Amino acid sequence: MTAPLRTAAGDAIDRSKSIRFTFDGTSYTGYAGDTLASALLANGIHLVGRSFKYHRPRGILSAGSEEPNALVRVGLEGYSESNARATMVELYDGLTAYSQNAWPSLRWDMGAINNRISRFFPAGFYYKTFLGSAAIWTRIFEPFIRKMAGLGPAPTKPDPDSYTKRHAHCDLLVIGAGPAGLSAATAAVASGARVILVDENARVGGQLRASQSSIDGAKASTWAEATAATIKSAPGCRVLSRTTAFGVYDNALVMAVERVSDHRGTGVPGPRQRLWQIRARHIIVAAGAHEQPLRFINNDLPGIMLASAARLYLEQYGVLTGRQIILLGQDEETRALLTAAGAQVTQLSRETTISKAVGGNRVSALLIRDAQGQKQKLKCDCVLMAGPWQPAVHLHSQAGGKTVYDEQAKAFLPVGGPAWLTSAGSCRTPLSTAQCLIDGRTVTDRILSDLGYSPTAISRPSCHDDGVQLAAEVPVEDGAKAFIDYQNDVTTADIDLAYREGFISVEHLKRYTTTGMATDQGKLSNVAALERMAQRLNVQPGAVGTTTFRPPYTPVTFGTLAAHDSGDLLDPIRETAMHGWHIEQGAEFENVGQWKRPYYYPRSGETMDDAVRRECRAVRESVGMLDASTLGKIDIQGPDAVRFLERIYTNAWAKLEIGRCRYGVMCSEDGMVMDDGVTARIADDRFITFTTTGNAAHVLDHMEDYLQTEWPDLKVYLTSVTEHWAASVVTGPRSRDVVSSVVQGIDFENDSFPHLAWREGRIGDVPVRVYRISFTGEMSYEVHCPSPSGRAVWEALYKAGEPFGITAYGTETMHVLRAEKGYIIIGQETDGTVSPVDLGLNWAISKKKPDFIGKRSLARPDMKRTDRKQLVGLVPSDRKTCLEEGAQIAIMPMQQAPHPMIGHVTSAYWSEILQTPFALALVKDGRQSEGERVHAHFDGKVIPCEVTKAVFYDPAGENMNG
Amino acid sequence: MLLIRCPWCGERDELEFAYGGEADRPRPHSPDELDDRQWAEFLFLRRNEKGWRRERWRHSSGCGRWFNLRRNTTTHEIDQKEEGA
Repeated sequence: MTAPLRTAAGDAIDRSKSIRFTFDGTSYTGYAGDTLASALLANGIHLVGRSFKYHRPRGILSAGSEEPNALVRVGLEGYSESNARATMVELYDGLTAYSQNAWPSLRWDMGAINNRISRFFPAGFYYKTFLGSAAIWTRIFEPFIRKMAGLGPAPTKPDPDSYTKRHAHCDLLVIGAGPAGLSAATAAVASGARVILVDENARVGGQLRASQSSIDGAKASTWAEATAATIKSAPGCRVLSRTTAFGVYDNALVMAVERVSDHRGTGVPGPRQRLWQIRARHIIVAAGAHEQPLRFINNDLPGIMLASAARLYLEQYGVLTGRQIILLGQDEETRALLTAAGAQVTQLSRETTISKAVGGNRVSALLIRDAQGQKQKLKCDCVLMAGPWQPAVHLHSQAGGKTVYDEQAKAFLPVGGPAWLTSAGSCRTPLSTAQCLIDGRTVTDRILSDLGYSPTAISRPSCHDDGVQLAAEVPVEDGAKAFIDYQNDVTTADIDLAYREGFISVEHLKRYTTTGMATDQGKLSNVAALERMAQRLNVQPGAVGTTTFRPPYTPVTFGTLAAHDSGDLLDPIRETAMHGWHIEQGAEFENVGQWKRPYYYPRSGETMDDAVRRECRAVRESVGMLDASTLGKIDIQGPDAVRFLERIYTNAWAKLEIGRCRYGVMCSEDGMVMDDGVTARIADDRFITFTTTGNAAHVLDHMEDYLQTEWPDLKVYLTSVTEHWAASVVTGPRSRDVVSSVVQGIDFENDSFPHLAWREGRIGDVPVRVYRISFTGEMSYEVHCPSPSGRAVWEALYKAGEPFGITAYGTETMHVLRAEKGYIIIGQETDGTVSPVDLGLNWAISKKKPDFIGKRSLARPDMKRTDRKQLVGLVPSDRKTCLEEGAQIAIMPMQQAPHPMIGHVTSAYWSEILQTPFALALVKDGRQSEGERVHAHFDGKVIPCEVTKAVFYDPAGENMNG
Repeated sequence: MLLIRCPWCGERDELEFAYGGEADRPRPHSPDELDDRQWAEFLFLRRNEKGWRRERWRHSSGCGRWFNLRRNTTTHEIDQKEEGA
């Protein structure tokens, strides 16, 4: 009768709670507290996956987040998550898991053929497939490579879970609740500091979970639990389990993911995971070290594991990883524990050389040569590797710290790094349990003083010092299929290949072989790869160099990073006061920045083109209405308001009367047009400036910048009033009739209220300010009122317009009508490289002002060239084909590249009033080219056009001045 | 993510601020006294130091004020001990 694999021990499991789960369709039981890995091992299952490239059978290698082999898909439908480490998946009732990268089954995988022909697939083999024709790559190699390589499949349904984010601040963040971390946190708490302690496992303790040491008279794991509870209860302190600190960022910011309910199953109410953004004043990284595998041939067979992992499975989960165990290493304590649990354990002497492991889907024997050179075959079902320990330097490296190779430890140890991050415990250098306890305390006492706390005199925990065990060298025979990077199937032969092919620098080595580039980020492979390359190069491993670790330390699901910032909550939506009316009228909307603006108002059966033509015709023939509330509005006040405006705009302002408006052009220092718009004078020392909707914030920032940092002596105060005013534009030949019939207190006669003036009146008891500004070229009145009354005013104007067939129009019609008049739109006709002279706006540039922003640059030789691109009109010769914005213009039709382009189309539309397509364009020396023929290229078409003036309708402006 | 101290509001995350380029680059008082080369230098050239530099930041999601600070462009340390306007 063979010994059961589940022993009487097991701190983490609760034998009273049995749990059913399935793996690859077969049902098994485990206990509450098990991980998927421990439960599978308890059921005698080691084969859990197939390797990435060679499809070799793979088993559970470790007991932690460094696991490279046991990657499974957990959960169904939208909850499905691939590449989960079985060692970190906590068992819950009904858990469904599947192996990955095997077809048709794990045991009988077709992909295993890759292993037989593996010599065609060494590292970087796919680079050589690029050498042939592109067609062969696309049709043969690529589909094949994509199919055969793999991790798990992506889910096909949306993620139904919810996630959340929190911010936290503390004096000291301790990452890792092992002996050093617990010791550090305890010391800090005692001194009164605010401490946050995080650990990626469900249970605290780190290496203490499998330790036989006693601390302060208690079992190590018990001491750990009690200590964590004390820290958690301290005021202002937190202990977060199941929480991985995955990234360290500037000025001691750490991002961590807390797995809130993953261990309780799917569909549990509340957030599934929580993203923590922790700003600490100091960070102690006590993340421990990773035991490294030994590199002998077939070291990847299922049943071959890390010795420390086998101990953890025994102590925490009561699971024996095998019945006939070979232990590679001198750890007497481990041997004794496994034997006491009922396994037969063979320990090899130091002079034994390992030839290779053999087996199919499970290791069955180890071939060795003994001290006398005699070959032996040792039967076994489990091989435990007691390898060297590599400190987990990832977070230290992310923070900019470097590493140095230590010959004795056979590991890279952290050095340097920022002043606010310190490594402690076996994360810093190989230390015994007792030494870790001391190290955590020592490191903390130093830091506390810097943070302004006095280290307390609490006594250190007492623990017998069993000394540090450094891994002895285990002689192995060289050969193919000794694995370095399990996850990416990189062997020692691949490192040698990289050396032979000249990829000897660490950055090349990494990318050519892909060692260290899998989701485990080389936790169990980086050191060995560097050591191997160093051997080939005959240098110290440190001389090969190291690459930089990047966040995340372990994979993080997108849901956690997005948390609430998704869907409707991704970006705010800004609506005007009239929004409801537009919706009721069936408007189609467009986004202008965060604003929703009506794009056009289709009537039943209308296409967009139909609606726009109708709206354009209505405005020019009778009257239309546009919601212009989104326009940027800046209130400018102060005794120096005029002086300020004169410096900011190209034009003159001093003589603008109260009650009048003026079109202004704003340039950047380099003389390029930045914004344009109308400014109205409200009082001697008060103006209101209107800016392009999308530019409002930018213009205000620009103004504030100069006032605060260049001209602080000017007494000018700026306020954004964009949302304060709702604006209804009433425009068209009948606009005066409409507005005058509903606005009281204003004399609308042309002489009393001319174009470019403003007047105040009321509609009912709503005060309104009416500006005669036209963007359509027709007679226009912009009726501004306080926003809360926006809809009421809009509706009153609309009602007054009904007898005249008033038509609501959207932004598309607005764009067409202004283009017919040659009015520019910032961002359409300008792109930061267009000057006011290019746009034909010389009339707006003051000759008299001694200085304004942009003036000096307009005098630069490059700005005065005559062949600059200038604003012109274009009409297609066939009077039928509408051009496309962005179309490239050349004099002759292009036959072959390269071909000189002389400009591009900035806006293009159909003109309903002129019954022809037309466009605005920037063309080199355009103003001299009136009447000439050019060609517009877009979408594979070449359209001949004539160059015209940049105005198509009512050039004298009679309509709006009437 | 940098931690920046707004002189008016206190320490805040970098997200609350807008970066404004190099500090100590005042707009010339009389631009027409500069020749084209000098003006181009003002427009386009920057010192772009490796290491410590003075630069401008604005607390755009807060008080909206501009201030200067010293930052090390290789280590991202920030030094705000001497405040300049």
